[in-house]
Amino acid sequence: MQAFLNDPMAMILLTGALVATSGALLGTFLVLQRQSMLSDAISHSIVFGIVVVWLLTHAQSGPLQIAGAALTGVLTVFLTEMVARTRRVKRDAAIGLVFPALFAAGVLLLNLYARDIHIDSHTVLLGEIGFVWLDTMPLAGLEIPQAVVWMTVATLVNLGFVLACYKELKLASFDWQLAAALGLAPTLMFYLLLGLTSVTAVAAFDAVGAVLFIAFVIVPAATAYLLTDRLSLMLLLAVLVGVASTLCGYPLAVRLDVSIGGTMASMTGVFLVLAFVLSPRYGVLGHWLNRRVKYSG
Amino acid sequence: MLELLGNHTVQTVTLGAVLLGMVSGLLGSFAVLRQQSLLGDTLAHAALPGVCIGFLIAGTRHLGWIMAGALVTAVIAALFVQVVTRYSRIKMDAGLGAALSVSFAVGVVLLTYIQGHASASQGGLDSFLFGQAAATRPSDLWFMGGVTLAAMALVALMWKQLKLVTFDPLFAGSIGLRVGVLETLLTAMIALAVVVGLQMVGVVLMTAMVIAPPVAARQWVSRLEHMVFLAMLMGVISGVGGVLLSAGVAHLATGPVVVLVASALVTLSLLLAPGRGVLWSWLKLWREQRSIGQRQMLVTLHKLAEHHEDPYYPVERSMLDSFYGVATSHILRRLQARGFVVPASHMRQEGPHWALTDAGHNEARQELERMDWNQAEV
Repeated sequence: MQAFLNDPMAMILLTGALVATSGALLGTFLVLQRQSMLSDAISHSIVFGIVVVWLLTHAQSGPLQIAGAALTGVLTVFLTEMVARTRRVKRDAAIGLVFPALFAAGVLLLNLYARDIHIDSHTVLLGEIGFVWLDTMPLAGLEIPQAVVWMTVATLVNLGFVLACYKELKLASFDWQLAAALGLAPTLMFYLLLGLTSVTAVAAFDAVGAVLFIAFVIVPAATAYLLTDRLSLMLLLAVLVGVASTLCGYPLAVRLDVSIGGTMASMTGVFLVLAFVLSPRYGVLGHWLNRRVKYSG
Repeated sequence: MLELLGNHTVQTVTLGAVLLGMVSGLLGSFAVLRQQSLLGDTLAHAALPGVCIGFLIAGTRHLGWIMAGALVTAVIAALFVQVVTRYSRIKMDAGLGAALSVSFAVGVVLLTYIQGHASASQGGLDSFLFGQAAATRPSDLWFMGGVTLAAMALVALMWKQLKLVTFDPLFAGSIGLRVGVLETLLTAMIALAVVVGLQMVGVVLMTAMVIAPPVAARQWVSRLEHMVFLAMLMGVISGVGGVLLSAGVAHLATGPVVVLVASALVTLSLLLAPGRGVLWSWLKLWREQRSIGQRQMLVTLHKLAEHHEDPYYPVERSMLDSFYGVATSHILRRLQARGFVVPASHMRQEGPHWALTDAGHNEARQELERMDWNQAEV
């Protein structure tokens, strides 16, 4: 067991797969609810939460930081909704107003008070999955990489959330009004979903960085959306596409000697383009063939 | 402050901020009005691979090549979003997010490739990620100035067409305008604005520069030509304000300060702009609620007096409290200040009483007439 945990390649792949799984579980619902760009907003503004928690408690990782950053994520969504609700600003502009402001405040605080800690904005945006196996913590007699521990927790929590609230999430995604009328609390589901997105983003930013995390949230879910009409199948396909991207990305990155996280995230784009062209029902090629068959026959 | 302006670097950066504010305010106005605010976000992230490709082609940090590369990849990403949302069931938000994250990932890959392979120093390439205003060179200003002038000339020449495509694309198409071409042109120009701002404020914060000045400007005016000018002015104010603030305080990065100044302008405009300001509408609502309470009270007292056939009939306050279900003393005191009611003494052992004055009766009668008139209308 410890040999497995000491193997850099196994740890990198495991971390990647966990990031992909936890991201796809949430991303499926975000894509269906047309709120994908909120994951972009959250993953940028958690920089602010991370810095504030560090200034207050000097915690650079662990539950305290995760909680602080999750609050920042929810704050981002709340402020966005508040600005949009004044009806002076369209919703997309509201998103684009709130998160850059929080991000800028975070970067400034870093500049002013935290010039020498490791959470510079570089790490936050880019991450380095290649080094996850170096930073370990003891657990149950084993030395386990921190990123693996936190990503496992995040994945299990997300999985539990999706399983426990499957019905609520499904209805909120497809018929918000009915969900509200039946008392299934779609607004609560919305905030829980985005709170968990923030938590996962914090857990993942050490490994892949905030921006690359967005790729694992949105792109596999969008790919799966092109392949199926069933929610349960879409969840499964999204997870599979995400994990497949990490598995394909790693050897490619090693061969080219480039960023591993970046290559993994780029691979999700390859899968999206493949699905866009080749998907039997919703692909461009399928449409084109269908039309030809129709007109010639 | 004057010492600061004498500094050569500060002069260069300030001039750069002026140009950046103008071009992003000008083109951002169209993006915000067409509900494509987040397109700027996607374009900014998608510029990163182009920056790297430009660097790889030129072999050094040659601004022309880097900007050209950034422009090309940004436009490719925008076209990708257009194609994917038009020809599949993927919606705008997922299209934008996918283009943003994947192109940024490709950019990260290229960045690490350059760091590992390129023989030439990659000095200053990082500055495109987070922005480094101090790295602005006087030669960069010529380029930024050229882009700004070109954008202004284009908007001036195509003003009518752009206006129509922004507000009513269907009508624009029906009278024979090439809507697709114009939309692509607008997108390419927004990409140009984003690319110009990259090295000053960085990829992430450039998003705000496209959105914040136009949103702030929109609150004050409602004609497109006014909005565009005001947005340019707001952009210049945030740019110059941010540069001077960050130059005055040690360790402050310019990009974030510029964005925070722009955000402050938006907050002020949202709260205070005449007509649209949120603060004014709250004030109006509060005044309305207050005056409704007072008007109701006048009518109630007037009808009670009529019923008792005594114009100065004293009404007990506790009775009014229970009739309205809320404390009424503040309403009565405000009416007293306006001269419509007076405290009346009734039996000594009972609570405070109030009676209408003649002016109060007049006001109540007018109010009743208004109510009748309103009902007749319905």
